[in-house]
Amino acid sequence: MKKYIFQSIRLTLVLLVLLCVIYPSIIAFAGRFAKGEGNGEAVLLNGKKVGYANIGQTFTDPQYFWGRPSAVSYNAAGSAGSNKGPSNPDYLKDVESRIDTLLKYHPGLKRSEIPADLVTSSGSGLDPDISVQAATIQIARVASNRKLGIEQVQQVVKNATTPPLLGLLGPEKVNVLQLNMALDRLAK
Amino acid sequence: MNTEILGIFVTYLITLLIAIPLGKYLAKVFAGEKVWTDFLTPIEKGIYRLSGINHSQQMNWKQHMKAMLTINLVWLIYGFFVLMYQDKLPLNPDGNPGQTPDLAFNTIISFVVNCNLQHYSGESGVTYLTQHFVVMFLQFVSAATGIASAVVFFKAFRDKTTSQLGNFWEFFVKSITRLLLPISIVIALILTFNGTPSSYEGKDQYISVQGDTVGVSRGPAAGMIAIKHLGTNGGGWFGANSAHPLENPTYLTNMVELIAQMIIPIAMVIAFGYFIRRKKLGWVIFGVMTFGMLLLLIPTISSELGGSPAISQMGVSQHTGAMEGKEVRFGPAISAYWTTVTTIISTGSVNNMHDSSMPLTGAWQLLGMMVNSFYGGCGVGILNYFIYLIIAVFISGLMVGRTPEFLGHKVEAREVKIAALITLLSPFLILAGTAIASYVFGTYGDADWAVKPANWLNNPGFHGFSEMLYEVTSSNANNGSGFEGLGDNNIFWNVLTGIVLILARFLPIIGPIAIAGLLAQKKFIPESAGTLRADTLTFGIMTLAVIVVLNALSYFPALALGPLAEYFTMLK
Repeated sequence: MKKYIFQSIRLTLVLLVLLCVIYPSIIAFAGRFAKGEGNGEAVLLNGKKVGYANIGQTFTDPQYFWGRPSAVSYNAAGSAGSNKGPSNPDYLKDVESRIDTLLKYHPGLKRSEIPADLVTSSGSGLDPDISVQAATIQIARVASNRKLGIEQVQQVVKNATTPPLLGLLGPEKVNVLQLNMALDRLAK
Repeated sequence: MNTEILGIFVTYLITLLIAIPLGKYLAKVFAGEKVWTDFLTPIEKGIYRLSGINHSQQMNWKQHMKAMLTINLVWLIYGFFVLMYQDKLPLNPDGNPGQTPDLAFNTIISFVVNCNLQHYSGESGVTYLTQHFVVMFLQFVSAATGIASAVVFFKAFRDKTTSQLGNFWEFFVKSITRLLLPISIVIALILTFNGTPSSYEGKDQYISVQGDTVGVSRGPAAGMIAIKHLGTNGGGWFGANSAHPLENPTYLTNMVELIAQMIIPIAMVIAFGYFIRRKKLGWVIFGVMTFGMLLLLIPTISSELGGSPAISQMGVSQHTGAMEGKEVRFGPAISAYWTTVTTIISTGSVNNMHDSSMPLTGAWQLLGMMVNSFYGGCGVGILNYFIYLIIAVFISGLMVGRTPEFLGHKVEAREVKIAALITLLSPFLILAGTAIASYVFGTYGDADWAVKPANWLNNPGFHGFSEMLYEVTSSNANNGSGFEGLGDNNIFWNVLTGIVLILARFLPIIGPIAIAGLLAQKKFIPESAGTLRADTLTFGIMTLAVIVVLNALSYFPALALGPLAEYFTMLK
């Protein structure tokens, strides 16, 4: 028994060096050659950091495309979903009021055109993307608020759309930050 | 076929293409046959020498279990204190506090037992030091503990009659050097080059396009996310686990993480067949497990793609499926697949929030964890399956009126007693645990804990009950996912789940190994016309029937009170 205790302690120490010092150092070193040098890929505007490519942001201004509701207000210091169950009456009221807001800001929009992702919060609270349908229904609003042609905005949406992996696997998506920054560039 | 469904097929196909050869490779590694990774032998010899281990010393099953329990005890004590005093140790750029004793108790147990329940949030509850030297370290070694234990079990059936079952330390070290570490490096590199942070930089802050000041938690996450999946651990670097866009940035990384968590559980089943020189038995077990997975997967996908009936009533389009708690870059289809995989395999990492799943999905998630052997966790999945198998052998033996036997060894009263006790353990822990929690919730709502029992639940009604049932089931399965709305960081949940976790880990490892060790010592009876063959389709179906009947009898009432009741109330 005593033999096992000493062997266990020594083996633990050896493995701590191998698994917690050597292994992560290899990965951290390799990470310096990745985009963002392993710190997360930042997005710059005029040399100033305005966000991270993979992390969503709050957009409420009618000039911008809006992202999904977030349980953490897109503050990536933390991360969480709403954890609301599908039958929770308070939650269903929240969804209803999000639908009302959308209908208010988008005259002529039909309920059946609203995609679920735009009225439900994501698992991380930091979802950077919306569905193509969610972007499409906002085009008219953004165009009129920016005094741009509908076709021009459509083109920007198209450019910000990522197709499925290899064109075959998974959903299409639109990165909201990338889309809105492209719009801002257009305005200049 | 749409691109979302195709994504599931391709992911599973790649999983098999990796897992099957991996299984054959593992059988050779642990049998000590020549393999291409033998160039690592000097490193292993170095580890043995530094640790004072003679790796050629044979152990019987009791010595194996003593060694296994001793090293696990060392980790428990070590991790408990490091977590409590992490605020005074280096590598804490975000200035996070030390854990309270009850949280540290829960955290260290849940990582030692390969569960990763996480009653804290990764951004604020641990430091870079504890993320690596406690959490990630245990993700490696707890997976290796499971694999090494399974190999002891394999060894018992390789030779006709023996008590010499190899050396625990050798199996354990080889699990790391020949399997977990090399594959983790590959996965971590894929993650790093797709956007997961890997540097030691602390929290960042920036002003967003619209002018909000927000923070971004970061850190050396890629290495941990690799082993958290490969070792079926599941504990995330960030609070939102693999739903977090830095932990799981793209559809590709999502596929990689899905494949990573499934390959070892499948490979171990294949390895079992090859190792004991009864390949067909391995394939029959694999077949039953796969069929069981499909029984849970198909209804899960169908209920998630169908979307929420309550949201349909509002007239909103759910053309891709239910989206609450899900990420756009994955979509509901692969999220449903992930949900099934992570619950049948005891990973417990999530790429979507289970608390917001559709009611029936919740039932399938719970059932996956209750069965806990459709592939099952790293190494322990096949051990759990073996218990069902022994019960099936016993019942079949009664049906044909012969002394039951398995692989040429008589299964007698002692072995069946052990199997019966292990079978009863899960329902006992799950149902008694949930009952205690419900009682405290109902009777002591005002108890002065970090979270008052009256405020535990994030959702009212049947769903609230499901939150408690899920937490205990997940602990018992050493799974680690949760209905995360539950306010679980308080002394009640930390202690209750801590106890469930430790019992539900070690007894179901010791039980099957004891049975295997006892069987291996018995006289070998050559096969005859009257032998019940375990490697036939008939026997596979028999085992599946045992699994279905045992679990239905144990859990139907609890499931009826939670997810099923919620489902029926939403129908009206």
